[in-house]
Amino acid sequence: MKNSQDRREFLKLMGIGGGVVFLSGLGPLANAATKKEVKNDFFFVQLSDTHWGFSDPKINPDFGGTLKKAVAAVNSLSTPPDFIMFTGDLTHTTDDEKERRRRLKEFHDIVANLKVKTVRFMPGEHDASLDKGAAYQEVFGKTHYTFTHKGVNFIVVDNVSDPTGSIGDTQLTWLENELKKLSKDARIVVFTHRPLFDLAPTWDWATRDGAKAIELLMPYKNVVVFYGHIHQVHNQMTGHIPHHAANGLMYPLPAPLSLPKKAPIPWDPAAPYKNLGFRDIEAKKKKDEYLITELPIKEG
Amino acid sequence: MLREFQRLAIGFGIAVILVTGLASFGTSADQPEQVIKITAKKFEYSPAEVTVKKGVPVTLEFTSLDRVHGFNCPDLGIRTDIVPEKANRVHFVPQKAGTFEYHCDVFCGDGHEDMTGKIIVAE
Ligand SMILES: [Cu+2]
Ligand SMILES: [Fe+2]
Repeated sequence: MKNSQDRREFLKLMGIGGGVVFLSGLGPLANAATKKEVKNDFFFVQLSDTHWGFSDPKINPDFGGTLKKAVAAVNSLSTPPDFIMFTGDLTHTTDDEKERRRRLKEFHDIVANLKVKTVRFMPGEHDASLDKGAAYQEVFGKTHYTFTHKGVNFIVVDNVSDPTGSIGDTQLTWLENELKKLSKDARIVVFTHRPLFDLAPTWDWATRDGAKAIELLMPYKNVVVFYGHIHQVHNQMTGHIPHHAANGLMYPLPAPLSLPKKAPIPWDPAAPYKNLGFRDIEAKKKKDEYLITELPIKEG
Repeated sequence: MLREFQRLAIGFGIAVILVTGLASFGTSADQPEQVIKITAKKFEYSPAEVTVKKGVPVTLEFTSLDRVHGFNCPDLGIRTDIVPEKANRVHFVPQKAGTFEYHCDVFCGDGHEDMTGKIIVAE
């Protein structure tokens, strides 16, 4: 395994600007061990689209175990992350309000087994779009908020509590005010569920007023966005701002517009847990870079 | 007062002529507008596939049988909310032939992702 320095150089050659991304489809969890050699300032873990409550065995026969495996995998990282962020679709949607609450609580109980105790959440449309985030907020609290960690400003933007997949003017004003507090070269990490840019509007892979959020972020030099929703790793720039989508933890989805219809990719018995996983993100203070490592889920 | 009204009316008349003039410009003929009724319910449109003719103005008229849905056809640049107990209309003149996917863009539950359809624009 190459060390981080080599990876970084390699990726620069590949021309992925802004955040530095290391993709590892098959990479063993040992990837995380290499990280220790690097004098990183901190790292955090992003998990996304766990869809707790989904139960189609053709798509994921281990629908009841994948999340637990992810929790165990995070717990087994040789260096514990400073915090863990779940970027939405914690649960799979249901019309039944009682069942929605049950799923949210069950999810909450499972992730309580994470050894790292600073765990942050945000909703996806499956959690929040049917009741404008009511049940979600009962269990997890606010759907948009900020926090800082070791000099990095994190902003969580909710583009799902509004069922039209919008941020909404009230929250955009809040975002504008939060940004005003920061200098133009502040380090900013945005977490959101849906892509803020038009990745594939015909597949609903967009945020209706996402362009307004990007416009607000544009004057800031060091911004990076991490999101979920599309159940696959995807890296794209809007201007100088990189947007990194994460793998899901229940079922993968096809590449944007690669098929006539968007639908979960069925389980491949020859390659279980393929394209399911999480990522760790190493924030390097001096260089304003993020070293992203995609981590797989492995059989029990 | 009356003169004001006349001036407004004349102004409005000119505007109408301009708009209709523009709308028919480049279209195949003075074909009557096509009105297509589509119902929406969890989790389908009916009919889901509609065929329209290039250059002929169309009104899509949506009614919802249950809850709020959306209609969004990004490649034709048209969308509307579909609110129950009301006719939700979207008007357009198809400019290019082809098949254009549309989908519900107001999250409506399990199966929301499957709520899609096609507009076929024939030459
Ligand atoms: Cu989602
Ligand atoms: Fe999802």
